[in-house]
Amino acid sequence: MTILVIAEHDNKVVAPATLNIVAAAVKIGGDIHVLVAGQGAGAAAEAAAKIAGVAKVLVADNAAYAHQLPENVAPLVAELGAGYSHILAAATSNGKNILPRVAAQLDVDQISEIISVESADTFKRPIYAGNAIATVQSNAAVKVITVRATGFDPVAAEGGSASVEAIAAAHDAGTSSFVGEELAKSDRPELTAAKIVVSGGRGMQNGDNFKHLYALADKLGAAVGASRAAVDAGFVPNDMQVGQTGKIVAPQLYIAVGISGAIQHLAGMKDSKVIVAINKDEEAPIFQVADYGLVADLFEAVPELVLTI
Amino acid sequence: MKVLVAVKRVVDYNVKVRVKADNSGVDLANVKMSMNPFCEIAVEEAVRLKEKGVATEIVVVSIGPTTAQEQLRTALALGADRAILVESAEDLTSLAVAKLLKAVVDKAQPQLVILGKQAIDSDNNQTGQMLAALSGYGQGTFASNVEISGDSVAVTREVDGGAQTVSLKLPAIVTTDLRLNEPRYASLPNIMKAKKKPLEVLTPDALGVSTASTNKTVKVEAPAARSAGIKVKSVAELVEKLKNEAKVI
Repeated sequence: MTILVIAEHDNKVVAPATLNIVAAAVKIGGDIHVLVAGQGAGAAAEAAAKIAGVAKVLVADNAAYAHQLPENVAPLVAELGAGYSHILAAATSNGKNILPRVAAQLDVDQISEIISVESADTFKRPIYAGNAIATVQSNAAVKVITVRATGFDPVAAEGGSASVEAIAAAHDAGTSSFVGEELAKSDRPELTAAKIVVSGGRGMQNGDNFKHLYALADKLGAAVGASRAAVDAGFVPNDMQVGQTGKIVAPQLYIAVGISGAIQHLAGMKDSKVIVAINKDEEAPIFQVADYGLVADLFEAVPELVLTI
Repeated sequence: MKVLVAVKRVVDYNVKVRVKADNSGVDLANVKMSMNPFCEIAVEEAVRLKEKGVATEIVVVSIGPTTAQEQLRTALALGADRAILVESAEDLTSLAVAKLLKAVVDKAQPQLVILGKQAIDSDNNQTGQMLAALSGYGQGTFASNVEISGDSVAVTREVDGGAQTVSLKLPAIVTTDLRLNEPRYASLPNIMKAKKKPLEVLTPDALGVSTASTNKTVKVEAPAARSAGIKVKSVAELVEKLKNEAKVI
């Protein structure tokens, strides 16, 4: 068995999620190859070659792959992947965009967002926003799988010495082009990679009040998230949304402030190691999953917390 | 321009589902069913395109049981012109659904196909991308804005860390994210009128599509419950616990 892992990268650095996906590949067992498709992606390929457990890095360097357009990358992955037992990608916006296209081209069903590997052909994945866990078995010749990064502890980013092989491939479907992107700039860690996450909900009342959470996050070196209620109310942009339809996080410490704990939010954070809830409503469902609950007015508790820590 | 919208009948998003005692699946008996929320956004986007004079006809399609006609009637009440049900009582995979939709696309020849990014039951997030692959069309997934101009469509996509805009040649596939629009409610006169709009029923066999799957669901379980911890009385006690008991700060 040889497994092809699609690297998540921006041509310069390999995103941490890739390490979790390699960890899932290690659980499946077999040789692990990593595909770095991009443009000017030499640095990312070198970084991928150092990941523990990787045997070979394949680099497809072409303008067509610069922005990970699925119309161009999917044919490459399908063509290369046909010779592998498994194709794995992170269940990120990029992996979710590309991999189903690959599966359709290979005429196999995909298994989305696995959270555990039971055997080489059997996997667990959440359905109904995490309210049920399905065990799914695949008899496809090539198993096409997206992996929820938080389900697997990352392998070491250093220590490997994989060979790097260039692939002369250029798939340009000509049906799509990249226009531009607006990425939120922040000095704080990325939500899905942060060790501590501070999130606010409808109880924050408005966007300006999130300053209390930013102050707390900066004290803790944490990322700041939000519930869907806070995003829908327009307090903060939706790339901060933690939940089934937003980001799935599993930090060491999750601090939920003014969040009631709707099912869809819990699905995005209930795998956190330690959960703290601060809410003035002592009946809020969030307290049913919190390790430490504080029934208090967040506008008093959070500033006090900033001063105390 | 003709627009095709795909909708799915799913458990209403307000229902807390329960796993069956024999672990064969989720108990759907006597549970309220609705149109998948992301599909409602897809219908709304198509209706807005028609109101702007960009779309000339909206065809709504669902793959599912006979009862999915309810969701198709809802879409007709919201502004779709005609409906197609590809009737199947089986639980189909995303690939099977994409193949059926491809057959419908071949017949209807739309310039734009709009789907929800994922269904809230299976949470697969696959069908739109698979349909795009099978059709050879460009795809704008997780859309927060859709602008048609001439023979192309600019789609702003919600991606990790921000937004990305791509331009796609028509025909193309768009899948909706939450912030694309806020769906309207159907008015009573429109619900009455929708009953008279055409609804065609097809079968996978009639479309010549095999719905065989490479995946098998072995079992479905309830997730491991997380037990409630303790209530602390003060911020000072909370900090003390986090430092000395949980050791996370």
